[in-house]
Amino acid sequence: MNERFLHLWPEQASDYAVSVDWLVIGFTAMMALFVVPVFVALWIFIWRYRRGKKADRDHRPQSNLPIELAWIILPFIGSLVIFLFSARLFFFARTPPADALEVQVTARQWMWKFQHQGGQREINTLHVPARRPVKLTMISEDVIHSLFFPSLRIKQDVLPGRYSMLWFQAEHSGTYQVYCAEYCGTDHAAMLARLVVLDPGDYEHWLQDNGSAADLISQGQDLYRQYGCGSCHESGSAPPLAGVFNRPVRLSDGSEVVADDAYLRDSILLPQKQLVAGYLPIMPTYSNLLDEEAVQRLVAYLRSLPATAFGDSK
Amino acid sequence: MISPSYLHRQGLLSWFLTRDHKRIAVLYMITVTFFFFVGGLAASLIRIELVTPNGDLLTADGYNRAFTLHGVIMVWFFLIPSIPSVFGNFLVPIMIGARDMAFPRLNLFSWYLLLGGGLFTLLALLLGGVDTGWTFYTPLSTMFSNGHVVAVICGVFIAGFSSIFTGINIIVTVHTLRAPGMTWMRLPLFIWAMYATSIILVLATPVLAITLLLVAAEHLFNIGVFDPRLGGDPLLFQHLFWFYSHPAVYIMILPAMGVVSELITAAGHKRIFGYRFVAWSSVAIAVIGFLVWGHHMFVAGQSMYASLVFSLLSFLVSIPSAIKAYNWSATLYKSDLTLHAPFLFALTFIGLFIVGGVTGLFLALLAADLHAHDTYFVVAHFHYIMVGAAVAGYFGALHFWWPKITGRMYSQLWGKITAVLIFCGFNLTFFPQFLLGYLGMPRRYHSYDPDLQFLNVLSSAGASILALAYALPFFYLLGSLRWGERAPMNPWEAAGLEWRVPSPPPVHNFDAPVTVDFEAYDYSPEARRDPL
Repeated sequence: MNERFLHLWPEQASDYAVSVDWLVIGFTAMMALFVVPVFVALWIFIWRYRRGKKADRDHRPQSNLPIELAWIILPFIGSLVIFLFSARLFFFARTPPADALEVQVTARQWMWKFQHQGGQREINTLHVPARRPVKLTMISEDVIHSLFFPSLRIKQDVLPGRYSMLWFQAEHSGTYQVYCAEYCGTDHAAMLARLVVLDPGDYEHWLQDNGSAADLISQGQDLYRQYGCGSCHESGSAPPLAGVFNRPVRLSDGSEVVADDAYLRDSILLPQKQLVAGYLPIMPTYSNLLDEEAVQRLVAYLRSLPATAFGDSK
Repeated sequence: MISPSYLHRQGLLSWFLTRDHKRIAVLYMITVTFFFFVGGLAASLIRIELVTPNGDLLTADGYNRAFTLHGVIMVWFFLIPSIPSVFGNFLVPIMIGARDMAFPRLNLFSWYLLLGGGLFTLLALLLGGVDTGWTFYTPLSTMFSNGHVVAVICGVFIAGFSSIFTGINIIVTVHTLRAPGMTWMRLPLFIWAMYATSIILVLATPVLAITLLLVAAEHLFNIGVFDPRLGGDPLLFQHLFWFYSHPAVYIMILPAMGVVSELITAAGHKRIFGYRFVAWSSVAIAVIGFLVWGHHMFVAGQSMYASLVFSLLSFLVSIPSAIKAYNWSATLYKSDLTLHAPFLFALTFIGLFIVGGVTGLFLALLAADLHAHDTYFVVAHFHYIMVGAAVAGYFGALHFWWPKITGRMYSQLWGKITAVLIFCGFNLTFFPQFLLGYLGMPRRYHSYDPDLQFLNVLSSAGASILALAYALPFFYLLGSLRWGERAPMNPWEAAGLEWRVPSPPPVHNFDAPVTVDFEAYDYSPEARRDPL
């Protein structure tokens, strides 16, 4: 088959991609049901009622309420059925399973950077295991980008200053094209990447062959030490960090937030944004010392801390 | 006695200082034709570049500037003013039996705003260039782009007031200047469409103006509105931008729908099927159209539940459009159909609009949009609506009312050839882009995967046919001014007040005050055995 000359359907690398294709095919069939009659009627009427042709033109209808209601209500109900199917798929695509493998993504003009939990780092190539959910936590260092996996039928914009999320489970090993889908300036069209899906065994080999000395958490710990975070956060002059992840935090304005990834990131880069109740606004911003990738490492370390991490922190 | 036609007075000043809605319409026609060719030139550059997968004709920046110029000029200086400003101006007063628009001076001022804003924008686009795309997404446009972003924004801002003033003018005219007996339910459907369009123009355009000013303020003075580094929110821009720009699509398509209702009834010599449904569907589109902007942001990072609501509302807004399409085809039942050129343009409109509308529903479908968003599927979809359908509507109007505006007939044969060429060229250009998009080719790509070359070559080949077809009327219509036969009062045997005045109409439209004692589309309810 001469695929290079003309290929008309994209590869399907996940079960989700198969479901989306069926949704699209089903919707196409339904739309044809509602649209083809219009074209057929147009042609028949044009043929039968063109001027000079003898035809019965008496008692011309001006309006007909039942007919109007029929062609309003029937297509709408039909579309609603498909809408519900689509909403279910969408809900699935936007809800990652709890046990997903996490990968950190940083986008910038014009490259994709990936950090694995084991500390492996890649640029413009992403290795993932087959048949296992993978969750990407993504942020941009400059403008809005969008990570687009055509073979998985998903994309998600990558925003500056805010984490966004994408998850998938690829079924078939192979190499797939990845694009930036949100226009991001001069070399937008060159902001490409490859998705390499490996069978689980091959993936373990790849992790080992590319393993760095330290995993993401210990890299974060190094940063924690290097920047002396503990001198305040373990001495009581700043909020304690042990076990803080996913716990509610009371803020100085009386409100309460959950200390998620976004909260931890903002507290490092924009410390005055959400001040913890009972503490002075003494923390400087680290935005000129830490880039988004370093913040991801630091957050990974903070997330790993159990409530008893620094025995004396209470 | 016959009073002189509106074209009778000579001299440039008689045009540049005119307050006659018909002359202002002609000024608009010349202006938007100019911008149409400028935007078309940029489109040609894009399609020539994409014949080969490597970016070899233009540089990456050059390509980005070309599609930005194409989008900005086509959207704001051709599509939005096209039918409302040209045919709205010419026809609204005549169709309702008035002597002129409610505010003739404001009307002329609106034209100067469009011309001034347009030339200023074009100058900025050509001299400095802008590479943000017509969407000006932040923070790309505010903090990272090179080129004259602020100048272009100023030009669009100025032209926006032309839209607002035209909208106000049409609304007030329809409310206050209808002739005695011209009740709302006797209005031609073109008037209903123009009225609904004007509501959008007046309500949505100020939001664009505010948004563009905020972009300029952030760009110039580092005021943090949209850039997160300054404490802003980039998604706020997208909400504001699409709150205008989605209704703006209806500014482009609603008037064309109004035109098609006129063309279908005039060709069939028959009253429209379901007048009330077609009339109110225009208003429904205008109202619901304001509630669907979030369907541009399914993958942008808005909440999942917001996306669900916007998806449902987007299905709702398709209903009034479907009502129109069904009623148009039902109108031809038991009609007495003359297949002249304007009718072929109406058919072209219906065909392209249905494809564009249905593919829009694929994009409203959440799970499908996650894949198709920001690909060529979207490019194809909105070109079917905004170019295929809206421009077919504009050309249909041009061919239908040309004898009224100029007093000359043109070659029917050339008109029909053009309509057929547009239909074929358009589908060849844009249908392959649906496939390209589903295959995953992102939009705004200067170079692409060589596997996708065949479909791109098809598209570019179609574009060359389309370019020829869009250029043809320029020659035979202009030629008709010199060689065309004189047009009779009612060349199409159509109903409507504009066909009861001479071609071209006299300065004050009607020599005697008009009283309306007939319904819209006042064609015989029974078959007509002898010609009019």
